[in-house]
Amino acid sequence: MSLNGWLQILLFIALVLLLAQPVGSYMTQVFERRRTWLDGVCGPVERLLYRLTGIDAEYEMRWTEYAVAMLIFSAVTLVLTYLVERLQGMLPLNTQHLPGVPADVALNTAISFTTNTNWQSYVPETTMSYLTQMVGLATHNFWSAAVGLALAIAFVRGIARRESRTLGNFWVDLTRGTLWVLLPISFVLAIALVSQGVVQNFRPYDTATLVEPQRAAGTGGQSSAVTTQTIAQGPVASQEAIKMLGTNGGGFFNANSAHPFENPTPLTNFIEMLAIFLLPAGLTVTLGQMVGSPKHGRAVLAAMTILFAVGVTACYWAESQPNPLMHQVAQGHSEQQSGGNMEGKEVRFGVANSALFATVTTDASCGAVNAMHDSFTPLGGLVPMVNILLGEIVFGGVGAGLYGMLVFVVISVFIAGLMVGRTPEYLGKKIESYDVQMSMLYLLIFPLVILGFAAVSVMMPSTGLSVLANKGPHGLSEILYAYASATGNNGSAFAGSNWNTHWYNDSIGVAMFIGRFLMIVPMLAIAGNLARKKIVPASAGTFPVTTPLFTLLLVGVIVVVGALTFFPAISLGPVLEHLLLHAGQTF
Amino acid sequence: MKKQITIAILYTLLTTVLLGVGYPLAVTAVARLLFHRQADGELIVRDGHLVGSALIGQPFTGPRYFHSRPSSAGAGYDASASSGSNLAASSKALIDRTEASVAVEKNGGPVPVDLVTASASGLDPDITPAAALYQVSRVAAARSLPVKVVEELVEKHVTERQFGLLGEPRVNVLELNLALDAMAPKS
Repeated sequence: MSLNGWLQILLFIALVLLLAQPVGSYMTQVFERRRTWLDGVCGPVERLLYRLTGIDAEYEMRWTEYAVAMLIFSAVTLVLTYLVERLQGMLPLNTQHLPGVPADVALNTAISFTTNTNWQSYVPETTMSYLTQMVGLATHNFWSAAVGLALAIAFVRGIARRESRTLGNFWVDLTRGTLWVLLPISFVLAIALVSQGVVQNFRPYDTATLVEPQRAAGTGGQSSAVTTQTIAQGPVASQEAIKMLGTNGGGFFNANSAHPFENPTPLTNFIEMLAIFLLPAGLTVTLGQMVGSPKHGRAVLAAMTILFAVGVTACYWAESQPNPLMHQVAQGHSEQQSGGNMEGKEVRFGVANSALFATVTTDASCGAVNAMHDSFTPLGGLVPMVNILLGEIVFGGVGAGLYGMLVFVVISVFIAGLMVGRTPEYLGKKIESYDVQMSMLYLLIFPLVILGFAAVSVMMPSTGLSVLANKGPHGLSEILYAYASATGNNGSAFAGSNWNTHWYNDSIGVAMFIGRFLMIVPMLAIAGNLARKKIVPASAGTFPVTTPLFTLLLVGVIVVVGALTFFPAISLGPVLEHLLLHAGQTF
Repeated sequence: MKKQITIAILYTLLTTVLLGVGYPLAVTAVARLLFHRQADGELIVRDGHLVGSALIGQPFTGPRYFHSRPSSAGAGYDASASSGSNLAASSKALIDRTEASVAVEKNGGPVPVDLVTASASGLDPDITPAAALYQVSRVAAARSLPVKVVEELVEKHVTERQFGLLGEPRVNVLELNLALDAMAPKS
């Protein structure tokens, strides 16, 4: 670990907290349909969209209507992406003449991008045409993020409104989130990324002549000469910007944000990390403003910041450690190298920025990577895994992070109520059995899917285990991480294994689907139920949700729920691997 | 319900045009206008031939060139198949591969770690200053150049942290090797 590494991490945290206020206030204006400085540009587009589609912008939806509209929209976009993938061979902008995507990969990918997961079981460079990337995938980066934003706002309205049957209009929230928030910020980000070297073109792949021709080992002991390098190109910057801002994470290239064309400099790396946290951090401010308690928003933001700081510290420490089995290798930190565990990391990022990126991308449900999590030290890799298993509520995905966190807030308030023997209240709303049941449903679906599928996979040697890239406890970590990432709609992976099989494409597809939609429904049910309630005035017995005590209780509840649920599985994976590695055991 | 389906279909089609076509084309137009070279991938042309991209690493394995890091992209530095090794820290394959690399690179003291570990993308254009300086004596001997001259060339090619703060110091291997060739024509 180095002073410079810590300075970069502190600068990052400071900027996230600094930007949260203006971004959050802006989003409040946007979703409360107040005047903003972009109205002149976005207003006409918004009205045109409503007119052409027949949306009644003044209509207010009940939670069930809101959910149905969201599900129908998601289904339609899913079908469109599936069709584009299957038919790309006949469509334009296919410079490499790629054939249609096979059915199971196409379905897995369509679910993956619809659910804001962006799990990728394919190699993009040789699978997806430029058109598919733009029309089939980048569009989903906008849509799924806008859906997440809309749902978070609906949940916040549920808390803020009193004796109301409605939560807002899904189409209006979707449109305003897209036109006022996602599109303009993405455009600015994309141009900034291009200026640093992120590519943006429609060139066929370039062929360069190698400066030093190489001999490559061929089949049967024959070696062949390699004299050229094929360089994949594409409209990357436009997709990169929304991939980060929308916490989607699906790489234009296989190596994702480690690829020099996606993330060429330390500055692009910094911008990309900021883009991941920008909206989720801002949403806590939006929450505070919309429910009329800015202090509550800050208390939630504080809880997130604590969990984030602990994660990044642990990960940076672990990745700075030498691999005890590598001999004759200089692994220490010096002026001339960052040292530490450099397998699967880029020199321009070093250990500090790789650990920071890994923590950020899994705290949020982004899943973009600038280093290979599979090659992290056992404890370094444990951090991103735990971040996902806690439910990605530390800042979290765009929208999904906030409503996930608010479910934990409901549980925390409930537990505080139990301790003093009173009916718990949350911002003046009585929390009753229905709310707690729905919250528990939300919290239980998640481990059920992850541990269930992981257990089934482990019991099937041929279909479940044979694809693993690494043996021993790390193999279990790979499976756990895969289902956690899918169910949590993260999309990053311990990526060495060949997940592109029927079993994993299908089961991971189901996990992503449940992790998104089955969890949204109980969440909206809570929101709809909260909106109907009266406000009771605060009394001496009310547990305040604006204090440091509340922040600590919330952190405690998150950690205890996560630890109780996943500790046994984690012990058999990363923890065991760490102990065996340091005992000199390889697999 | 039926109304919602109609809205969803129309909405999807219209926003596809806006977000999937209009937006990337607008970014492309502005990018080409302002940052043409970057938008095309910072390609390097020598004597009318494309020799690579300043951002994409190339394999170098002979004694006359500074070596790049091990790569898991395709057969090595395949820029149409970017990938890391994804080997676990406890993997026997990783330890064996590292030992083989150490045997090749060993040139005095312990080998800087980045020179014997595969990058995340398999296309890392850089090595650390430590890894570059480590190879100076070998390259100088192979090219019959004074060590000091090669060392100065390396130091000239060190890219410092961005704004003195972000990222890590690094040396672009392709650019360094091209400068080597420019200095002493192949014999």
